[in-house]
Amino acid sequence: MIAGLATALAQVLVVGLGAPLLVGVLRTLKARLVGRRGPAPWQPYADLRKLLVKDAVVSTTTSWIFRVTPYVLVATMLVAAVIVPVLASRTGLPFAGIILLMYLFMLGTFFLALAGLDSGSAFGGMGSSRGVAVAALAEPTVILAVFALALRAETTNLGGIVERFASEPRLALDPAHLLAFAAFFIVMLAETGRLPVDNPATHLELTMIHGAMVLEYSGRHLALVEWAAAMKLFVFLALLANLFFPWGVSSLVEPVPVLLGLLALAGKLAVLTAALAVLETLMAKLRLFRVPELLAGSFALALLSVTAVFLVR
Amino acid sequence: MAALGFLCATAVGVVAIAAGLAGVFGRAWTLSVPWLVPLGGLELALDPLGGFFLALVGVATIPASIYAIGYAGGERRGVLAYVGFVLAMCVVPLAANLMSFAIAWELMSLACYFLVLHDPREPGAVRAAWVYAVMTHAGLVCLLAGMLLLGAATGSWRFADWHAAAPGLTALRRDAVFVLLAAGFLGKAGVIPLHVWLPLAHPAAPSHVSALMSGVMIKLGVYGLLRAGFDWLGAGPVWWGVAVLLLGATSSVIGVLYALVDHDLKRLLAFHSIENIGIILIGVGAAMIYRPAGLEALALLALAAGLYHTLNHAAFKALLFLGAGAVVHGTGTRNMEELGGLIKRMPWTAACFLAGSAAIAALPPFNGFVSEWLTFMALLQNTRLAEPALNLVFALGIAGLALTSGLAMACFVKAFGISFLALPRSEAAARAHEAPSSMRAAMVALAVLCLGLGLAPTLVVPVLLGVARGLTGATAPVEVVDGLTLSVSGDFGSLSTLVLAVALAGGLMLPLVALRLAGASRRVRRAETWGCGRVLQTSRMEYTATAFSNPFKRVFDFFYRPAKRLAIEFHPESRLFVERIEYENPTRSIFEDWLYRPVLGTLSAVARRARAIQSGSTNVYLAYILAMLLVLLVLA
Repeated sequence: MIAGLATALAQVLVVGLGAPLLVGVLRTLKARLVGRRGPAPWQPYADLRKLLVKDAVVSTTTSWIFRVTPYVLVATMLVAAVIVPVLASRTGLPFAGIILLMYLFMLGTFFLALAGLDSGSAFGGMGSSRGVAVAALAEPTVILAVFALALRAETTNLGGIVERFASEPRLALDPAHLLAFAAFFIVMLAETGRLPVDNPATHLELTMIHGAMVLEYSGRHLALVEWAAAMKLFVFLALLANLFFPWGVSSLVEPVPVLLGLLALAGKLAVLTAALAVLETLMAKLRLFRVPELLAGSFALALLSVTAVFLVR
Repeated sequence: MAALGFLCATAVGVVAIAAGLAGVFGRAWTLSVPWLVPLGGLELALDPLGGFFLALVGVATIPASIYAIGYAGGERRGVLAYVGFVLAMCVVPLAANLMSFAIAWELMSLACYFLVLHDPREPGAVRAAWVYAVMTHAGLVCLLAGMLLLGAATGSWRFADWHAAAPGLTALRRDAVFVLLAAGFLGKAGVIPLHVWLPLAHPAAPSHVSALMSGVMIKLGVYGLLRAGFDWLGAGPVWWGVAVLLLGATSSVIGVLYALVDHDLKRLLAFHSIENIGIILIGVGAAMIYRPAGLEALALLALAAGLYHTLNHAAFKALLFLGAGAVVHGTGTRNMEELGGLIKRMPWTAACFLAGSAAIAALPPFNGFVSEWLTFMALLQNTRLAEPALNLVFALGIAGLALTSGLAMACFVKAFGISFLALPRSEAAARAHEAPSSMRAAMVALAVLCLGLGLAPTLVVPVLLGVARGLTGATAPVEVVDGLTLSVSGDFGSLSTLVLAVALAGGLMLPLVALRLAGASRRVRRAETWGCGRVLQTSRMEYTATAFSNPFKRVFDFFYRPAKRLAIEFHPESRLFVERIEYENPTRSIFEDWLYRPVLGTLSAVARRARAIQSGSTNVYLAYILAMLLVLLVLA
């Protein structure tokens, strides 16, 4: 019980404190890849601190939804940080289903989209409309990719999936596994607002989804929103790393294995971040109405993965 | 006077819940009055399944009736039909033979017809009532045909005898009876493509009636399907389940797609009823596939998931319809493009509608999430079937359910965000007033129920498993661990919404404390929304509902087939000055174009042809009668 709570706390600390660093490293890498020097990797911490000491400006048009949303976003991400096997496979909560996790993200998206509409500006509404469209179309892919995993691990509990694949590494070399990974990777790009779906670097109305929804936020509210977005990226990458390549994730909640788990996670995240940086440097943003085609492609991959499980067993 | 009628309906609801719960917990009860009506007389019986649906009637009736006191308290019109409607709905799940069932079913439909025709001056009400009458009677014809076939084959009009005699029927007759009964019941449930009456009838009726129609009446179609598919006909072949599951998946996706582009608040909710019936049927269909394969534990799980969603939908859809009614009451319009900013003028209604939206969008920890999670749990375990074709059907069901919940989330961002947030888009919305206390009380009670059903699945699921066990009979794959956690099939999946809610509350508190410790600024400045440099912010700058749903229109254009109409009026002197722009982007219904119009066209063509024998001369008609008599005599 106490060990479980300690792990949960450790995971929250790792996700909460690591997320800005992840974003910072990603930005630095991207800058280097295009030949710029770029900011230091810990620039996001400085940004967050700067936002925190500023006053929050809240529009007179808005209601309590607008002010509550940053807290809801952070809350969903903190709970997600407890649920996802970041350091150890079994974590603080007695249940940790992947379906619950996806719906938890949806709770955040729901409130963020409402907040976008609440300001009454056309930008916010546009961002909300696009945001929920992308989220809704990504949903079936996520669930099917998850289904492909759950089928072979015979459980939907995240900890169970990790333990199963860790104990039987040959399961992870299956074609179904790789197809599901590809599908999940594309969905990750859509869900966390990365290129080619959304452009995290700009505030131009033609490209932005997440940026448009949060345009009215300032001060500590914006800090919370940005922090939650960074945590979402961290959680998704950790999911990709630990669900599909479960090596190094501790099944025991003791200090030494958990510390090793942290090192393994850092290594896997470094690889994934580098891949993401290269991908974002090579790719241009898709037109908004080409995004559904991309998501349909990832849906097809997920469906193929599930079919492969049925036919090859 | 009218208020007295609504109080009576409330009392009926209380009795229905009490009797229904007694039935759910195994108290059996029968009433037989053989002389009252022909064909076996009146016969009523209470069993767990009937008890569940009887309690369901009560769950929606009590708040709807209390709400009606404030909403339509002074209006006498329709009170009698309302009370009759409630009573008939109570009798339907109790009926134990053909005649009692047919009478209760038809009374329910008739009362509903009068309630839809509540205000004949309202545009569309007459047409809505007409379409409803046609569809409900077409359904009744199917039902009676199926029941008469079954009755003739088994030689009895009592449902209990049908259950006993069903295994002796030929496969063909069983299939025929099932198809007829399913068509009748699913038409009442509003399943695509038999849904055309539903989006017309729900908005035409007063809101407390819409809440009952959507919350309970269409569920009685599900009740009938469960009775027919599990009780009267016993376990059927696999294709029944496949058909029900695919129909459910289609209904859920198409229902929510229609809801996305509709900007009439009550019509939008009506389309969501089609969607939710689809979700229920996905569970029921899965149970019907698992059962013949001998996986009775999974069938039980799928059925319990369907029943849970039935209960949840009754709670949140009643809540949403009552909320929409409060909006109509406060502003006088249902058109979302004329609403906006209501959260400031109607805070109670807004909070309740938000709770209902979260519940229907399946957001944890509300009740919609729990039943969808259970449905997923039931569907995801289909690998035990080891039959690739069936597994793929399940995969489609899973993808359909996931797409539906994503789209439902999007749709309720639109419904709540456009109607309640930002600036009012019309005078009516700017002058909106909060609903009176009886309406508020009903909505708050339902919102609390939605949250309660979400937080306490460990109390609800065992009861529902008990109800479902009467239909499939097996040991449940669900365990309640330490009173808080639902655990499905050992380690397959587990959920504790209560712990989740506590964790979420902790997550909400943590940043408040952390910000204080980090020395963050606590000041808030108020300012206008940034308008790209424009000084004045008006509601004309807001995103509209049409604009909001446009991405979906474009992505699914093969389905919506949108037709763009643009009319620009220029100034007579110069085309550089535009006086008026009218932009319309309507969608066309595939079902009306490709299914109903051809059928209706054929029907009227046949009728035109048949007019040839209609001369108006009495002698010719007498000759027809004589000829008919002769033919009958020869055939006999």
